[in-house]
Amino acid sequence: MAARDIAVVCTIPDGGLTELLKLVEASKTVRLVTLSTEPEGIGIATGCWLAGKRAMIAMQSSGVGNCINALGLPAAYRAPCLMLVTMRGQWGEFNPWQVPMGQAVRPALEAVGVKCFAVDKAEEIGETFAAAADIAFMSRVSAAVLISQRVIGAKEFGRK
Amino acid sequence: MTPTPHKSSNRIKRRPLVAELLAGRGSALVVPGLGSATWDCFAAGDAPEYLYSWGGMGLAVPTALGVALAQPERRVLAVTGDGEMLMGIGSLAVVADQAPVNLAILVLDNESFGETGRQRGLTDNRVDIAAVAQGFGLRQTRTISQADAVAELADFLFKAPGPVLAVAKIAISQDPWRLPEKDGATIAHRFRGALGLEPT
Repeated sequence: MAARDIAVVCTIPDGGLTELLKLVEASKTVRLVTLSTEPEGIGIATGCWLAGKRAMIAMQSSGVGNCINALGLPAAYRAPCLMLVTMRGQWGEFNPWQVPMGQAVRPALEAVGVKCFAVDKAEEIGETFAAAADIAFMSRVSAAVLISQRVIGAKEFGRK
Repeated sequence: MTPTPHKSSNRIKRRPLVAELLAGRGSALVVPGLGSATWDCFAAGDAPEYLYSWGGMGLAVPTALGVALAQPERRVLAVTGDGEMLMGIGSLAVVADQAPVNLAILVLDNESFGETGRQRGLTDNRVDIAAVAQGFGLRQTRTISQADAVAELADFLFKAPGPVLAVAKIAISQDPWRLPEKDGATIAHRFRGALGLEPT
């Protein structure tokens, strides 16, 4: 994030984002903006870029569904929109309520023109994030990094 | 709250209100929401500092917040309607939490969905947006229903330490169509140019 000049991280938190959000909160250069619902982050990130700063949104896959109409805003302005999405509803999911949206994330994002970059291995996160940030900010498109539950671990809720 | 005879002709008229307020904006950046708020700002006199919107209902305040965070030295005014404000009402909690001193929000409240056929809106009866904003922690709010309060309102929106929110109870009106540029890339390019930002 620092290497890509991200100044603002908007979030509805997810378990898989915990460590990242701790780093952002402790950062002196990156501002953490806690949202009430994810599409606010699309508006904030778009406004930030239009006024000269880079922002992004970090959220769980369930939040992607909330954002679909909002993604028309950066698309219309030809503004970049960078999203980091921790996936639920796929690899090893135990909660059926997460499955419909989780399975729909990629087709729903692609239907509104978002370029998706899936990550299945931890060692690929850094370069994938950098590549997604570059296509977003340099080609001015919306891009999402989708981090698999295979990387972050399927939620267990005490079940072993 | 008792229903008021708001449809009567002595309610504030939106176009003169917005024109009078924007005449005193100084160097403020203006983020109008989709529909009538955008038409009102364009009708008041086009400017590159106006970030027009034709879509994304509910996003006027978040977009203005993004602009305010990126341009802390500039005053930023979001102009929205009651319908759009309610769709994005949670964004007032985010504004209160971030507390940008340079952000002002004007809600043009005609208690109806004016753009789609003047269907009744939720502020027509009990819903009070300024009171909701107070509950979210936005302590500086005003509600005006008389046109003679406009000068004071301009001071509040452009000079009072933010974040501030004003609700203007306005008449339902059918104003002449005044439609600005609709190509978002052109609007964005112009807005960034006015801020002296390099093309990317």
